[in-house]
Amino acid sequence: MPLSSPLLEARSLAARRGYATLFQGVSFALVAGGVLAVSGPNGCGKTTLLRMLAGLAAPAEGEILLGGTRVHPFDPRLRDAVAFNGHLPALKDELTAIENLAAWTTLENERADLQGIDRALDRVALGKRSRIPARALSQGQRRRIGLARLALSPRRLWILDEPLTALDGDGVDVLEALLAAQLDGGGIVVAASHQALPVAAERLHRLDLALAHHR
Amino acid sequence: MSEATTTAAAPDAASVSAAFGWALARDLRIALRSKAELGVQLMFYVIVVSLFPLATSPSREVLATLGPGVLWTAALLASLLSLPRLFSADFSDGTLEQIALSPRPLPALVSGKMAAHWLTTGLPVAVLAPVLGGQYAMDGTELGILAAALLLGTPILSLLGAIGAALTLGARGGGSLLALLVLPLYAPVLIFGAGAVDALRAGMSAGPQLSLLAAGLLLALVAAPFAVATAVRIALD
Repeated sequence: MPLSSPLLEARSLAARRGYATLFQGVSFALVAGGVLAVSGPNGCGKTTLLRMLAGLAAPAEGEILLGGTRVHPFDPRLRDAVAFNGHLPALKDELTAIENLAAWTTLENERADLQGIDRALDRVALGKRSRIPARALSQGQRRRIGLARLALSPRRLWILDEPLTALDGDGVDVLEALLAAQLDGGGIVVAASHQALPVAAERLHRLDLALAHHR
Repeated sequence: MSEATTTAAAPDAASVSAAFGWALARDLRIALRSKAELGVQLMFYVIVVSLFPLATSPSREVLATLGPGVLWTAALLASLLSLPRLFSADFSDGTLEQIALSPRPLPALVSGKMAAHWLTTGLPVAVLAPVLGGQYAMDGTELGILAAALLLGTPILSLLGAIGAALTLGARGGGSLLALLVLPLYAPVLIFGAGAVDALRAGMSAGPQLSLLAAGLLLALVAAPFAVATAVRIALD
């Protein structure tokens, strides 16, 4: 596959809720190392678009291509490539941060590497809180576990829903470093955010869903 | 890397058992961290079974007639009580999305969850039943047959119940809808399960009832994982 061919491509996607059209005619192509920042007002379908790209929902129209071949919801090729960080944290309150991360990495078919998990938790400054049940953690700390998960994930395609929510300045710095490493490694990122994503401007592509509304 | 193992064709045995083990271990660990919930279900079972002798009659004949039916009905209700928990927590915190998006085979993952559900609800009920059956003037053989029938029948309750729990995910009033959906499906299990002890008392063998329960269990074991996996994907869409 030549370097310039798109890793992830969307062709005239549309989403409907009931009879209402959330968006239509959404097309983009992302090559390795690219970021797509999805913006738009509340209710314009940002989360719906991300769920489609993750393979959780089928588009009402259009198609999604991964590495040049069309993929369908729950496609095994998507499930091998995507790390989906949705607005739900997927944290088990009963389990500690370490146990949550170990469960995720083994779920993704990787071996749970406890030293790697410790390093990832140190990186997001949760090393001292890693052995208490997640229910005792603050909202921002819970988001940081999600960052640690990204640090551990070797997936090429990251799909992030509002990654900056509840993160403080240090948290944003960690996210910036993670995004840079992912993009330098040839990965791609699709993120919905109301704030500016901390990535280099030349990598950034913008998609404003408000423009794709009722076209 | 693992593309070959996750296609619709046929995941290999190793990846199926790894996925099953992953979900089983995780759900058991979570269940052990929230022991109070488990205790509530078992106490519910004990209390419902113990209410009938108080409410009806102390006569041995009446109690012996009621016994198997009461123990089975209470087992059904205890199973129903714990069903909403099976998927709804994972659904509302986003874990179910991650499970469905993982490269591991989804039918094997949900099978692990169903096995954990049975181990934490059905198995204790089957083990407690012979103890509680003492209140109903049942003799040793009858209690043995009752426990055997429950051991064969309660996994069916978990498997059928999981289909209902997955189908009602995200529905408003899911709990009562679940009862309406699942209780009629439980009826055959109840009939053959309670019938096993009745057959013994009528001087016949309980073999046919136990065989039918075992056949039902095999059928549910084969069909339920795929039905649940499909229902989960529909619920997430």
